[in-house]
Amino acid sequence: MTTSDAPRRTFAHLTASTACALALLAGAAHADKIVISNWDGYMPPDLLEKFTAETGIEAELSVHATNEEIMGKVVAGGGKGYDVLFVSSPFAEALHNLGLVADIDHTKVPNVANLYPEATELAHDPGNAYSMPYAWGTTGLCYRADRMEEPTSWMDLLAPADDLKGKVTMLSTDRWLMGAAALALGKSLNDTSTGTLTEEEELLIKAKKDLLAYDDSTFYLKLVSGEATMVQAWDGWCNYGIAENAEIKYTIPKEGSDLWVDTIVITKASENKDAAMKFVDYVLGQDTGVWVASNILYKTPNKAAMEALDPALIESFPNMGMKPEELIKYEQLRDLGKGQKEFARTVTQIMAAQ
Amino acid sequence: MRNTLKSVILLAPGLGWLALFMVIPCALIFTYAFFERGVYGGIDYIFTVENFQRAADPLYLGIFLRSAKIAGLATLFAILLAYPAAYAITRAPQRYQTALLIFVILPFWSNYLIRTYAWIVMLNREGLINQSLVGLGVTSEPLPLLYNNFAVIVGLVYNYTPFVVLAIYSSLNRINRETIEASEDLGAPGFTTFRRVILPQTITGVAAGGVFVFVLSIGNFITPDLLGGGRLQMVGNLIYDQFLSARDWPFGAALSMFLIAVMMALLFTQAVLTNRAAGEGRAS
Repeated sequence: MTTSDAPRRTFAHLTASTACALALLAGAAHADKIVISNWDGYMPPDLLEKFTAETGIEAELSVHATNEEIMGKVVAGGGKGYDVLFVSSPFAEALHNLGLVADIDHTKVPNVANLYPEATELAHDPGNAYSMPYAWGTTGLCYRADRMEEPTSWMDLLAPADDLKGKVTMLSTDRWLMGAAALALGKSLNDTSTGTLTEEEELLIKAKKDLLAYDDSTFYLKLVSGEATMVQAWDGWCNYGIAENAEIKYTIPKEGSDLWVDTIVITKASENKDAAMKFVDYVLGQDTGVWVASNILYKTPNKAAMEALDPALIESFPNMGMKPEELIKYEQLRDLGKGQKEFARTVTQIMAAQ
Repeated sequence: MRNTLKSVILLAPGLGWLALFMVIPCALIFTYAFFERGVYGGIDYIFTVENFQRAADPLYLGIFLRSAKIAGLATLFAILLAYPAAYAITRAPQRYQTALLIFVILPFWSNYLIRTYAWIVMLNREGLINQSLVGLGVTSEPLPLLYNNFAVIVGLVYNYTPFVVLAIYSSLNRINRETIEASEDLGAPGFTTFRRVILPQTITGVAAGGVFVFVLSIGNFITPDLLGGGRLQMVGNLIYDQFLSARDWPFGAALSMFLIAVMMALLFTQAVLTNRAAGEGRAS
């Protein structure tokens, strides 16, 4: 998922975001325009043009490299300067709790009917009061089927076989990194009790010795180049690897996965909420949904769109065919609230371990 | 009186810049350090010194010391590489010196991140260096050159050595050639001349360049992230993570204050030493 990081975060995007920031300053005077912040490459490049052509509303894209980055900007500025944000669900939840996002008026977003019923009852926001799901999926293992047998357990990553030592990577974003240990230990992904954190810490410090790197932006490229044989990956990002080498496969270990959901929210500070709702509605449209899914290779919670997908796409990228009833078996990451301090200290302990 | 006015006018833009982009942000960070983290991030304006107590945890001190070690090694290697280079440039014919100095700063014409990614291409298991070594039969298995402390130090040394070359070059250039000739005429062997005459006169340049590398290295978070593969946590990464991943600005601010204090102490020591060296130079 993007997650914390954009599907294709590279250094080039840093320059792009600077350019966008400047553009943002320059365009601040127009009131009839909406500013959208999304991960770079996480929506089809011409989506905004088409939206403007259809609705007459000017829309401008500002990109963020990580959830954390846009979160920092929105919290620091109270959300001013942005109308629509694409963020992962725990961040949407935190923004909601901070009072920075607006409630979504469903009468203005009729395309909400396109969503799978499962996508309207998500744990972080049942009824989609303040967030609309944009893409969803799982976190599992992405591996080179020509170099190893299919992994079956998270322990295959955390305590790799001898020939895989130094050839595996884990996501560097703390929640997913810790998530791998939580799943392996059969704990909740949102459990921040001291006992659980200690167990996860021990497991991950041991696992660190056999890692090639922590990586959440170039891991699929490491698989393609052969530097890595197995990586912890979001399903959509594994698809980018599959697109380059058909020997790359994706699997969910027997202990399960998290269900990640990337959402769209509207800032409370937005002065063009009606235009922002129109944009959300546009994104949830069937045609847009088909086009989004086939462009970014992520599953969308848009039933109308997923059912209209080209079957060849699902054949090439089997995880695109996962059904919502399979997805909602998995636990979602939630904002940790008070547990965050202890959690962050545990992560630091792991990161600092030699 | 007119001179005072002139100085004020000349200083105003520089001081204004410093106030706006250095003093005010630092003051903000300093203030944040005394408040509480909100449950969902952000800041609750309740006074506390808890952040400083948390920063005193041996865990963070350990990260700090390890960063200091990495930065110290990078500084050492940068000086060892830069000194001979600077010396060679001052010895080159005058007409080539400018060209040679341009070569030194040439890498800065490209972006820091691009240069760092270039090292990934060279050092990785399937990379240029490993392929050459295996191809030449030097090793049978690729060497682990990337995603470790070695790679981080290589990246830091590579990026900051040019600054040291420039600093040492400028102090070498100021040496009065006659002092060297005098030493040689009096029969001092080459190394003695270097040790007793040249080095003492350039030590301020070495110190200036060294502090530069150390300060930039210890706070660096991009190089450990990319070349260290995130497996080496430096104090820069720690602060970055507190602000962004943990969304704990007050704690990140407290850690930053600690780092800033150490850097100030270093810069202050360097200034004192430089002054003293300059004073001695005049006295002798």
